[in-house]
Amino acid sequence: MASISLKYKSKSGNLTAPGDVDPGAMIPLATVLVGSGGSSYVEFTGISNNYEHLQIRGITNASAGGGSVITMRVGNGSVDSGTNYSWHQIYGYGTAVDVSGNANTSNVGLIISESSVTTSFSGFISDILDYSNTSKYKTIRTLTGIDTNNTSGVIALRSGSWRSTSVIDTIRIIPPSGVLIQNSHFALYGIKRAGA
Amino acid sequence: MPLPSTMTPIATITLASASATITFSSIPQTYTDLMLASVWGPTAGDDLYLQFNGDTGANYSTTWVGGNGTTATSGRKTSDTGVQPRTPINQPATVTTIYNVDIMNYSNTTTYKTTLGKYRYVAGFAEADVGLWRNTAAITSLTFRCNASTFVAGSMFTLYGIKAA
Repeated sequence: MASISLKYKSKSGNLTAPGDVDPGAMIPLATVLVGSGGSSYVEFTGISNNYEHLQIRGITNASAGGGSVITMRVGNGSVDSGTNYSWHQIYGYGTAVDVSGNANTSNVGLIISESSVTTSFSGFISDILDYSNTSKYKTIRTLTGIDTNNTSGVIALRSGSWRSTSVIDTIRIIPPSGVLIQNSHFALYGIKRAGA
Repeated sequence: MPLPSTMTPIATITLASASATITFSSIPQTYTDLMLASVWGPTAGDDLYLQFNGDTGANYSTTWVGGNGTTATSGRKTSDTGVQPRTPINQPATVTTIYNVDIMNYSNTTTYKTTLGKYRYVAGFAEADVGLWRNTAAITSLTFRCNASTFVAGSMFTLYGIKAA
């Protein structure tokens, strides 16, 4: 059976320094917990380009714009607010399945949201693939859903594109209107490439 | 001192003999999310329930979307006794059914708990689902059970913790 020595998982190869052992492939980069009053957006800036992919995981809701979508903009140095994005989704809401999309738009539709719901939060896991590549457009995929028991439930698989070859070092998550409500939680991870 | 991994295996349960229920208890509160990876089979096509903290009340709901290769469908279960994927049809009694579910922000004490699941069985159905447990308590135990049958021997369940920065 193949095996790998801890020594080979060590950055220096000698297992002597504190923190020398590889902590794994998924590295926590930053966390945001939205406080009282909510936040008009959440932004991650100065993201290192040392990883293969990024992942954002969290729970959130918007204070307004029920049934609509919390969106994402990305960029290098600042977020791109031009119409350089597109997205598509397949979603189910209990009685039917539907699809939709948008091209040449100013954001990637990211997270299904419900307004005026402060206890049942939308969950989402979003992967930003090959975000530091400088030769291809960037692809984003998301699993998102919210269930509020008796009133509604939606589950969606989403894909998005940012038509830029720039490295992504800034990500902004934006409610359709109002704010991202208190107790929304966002965690950003870097996913390492093999050998990194 | 080595750094801890971000995605840490907390425990694995592999069934040596058939069992109707598996439980992970005393779950540490030091992670941001939990992820349960499972591959299993029921002794008969059966409803599956995911329950938290021993709560067997009608405090759960689930919405799913899936397809069988021909048709896409969606369904909901509300005021139910567990988070549930769709009731399977012609599900085999072999260790081939997969249910991977993320339990988001499980240790906070201010929000109801949301799950995001991916479910698939070889008779030809795959789905994504969102579940809700209407309770603000931190999740300290997790139970996975069949409704009327049992998980076959060889079924395997691994619980991971995912840390935030």
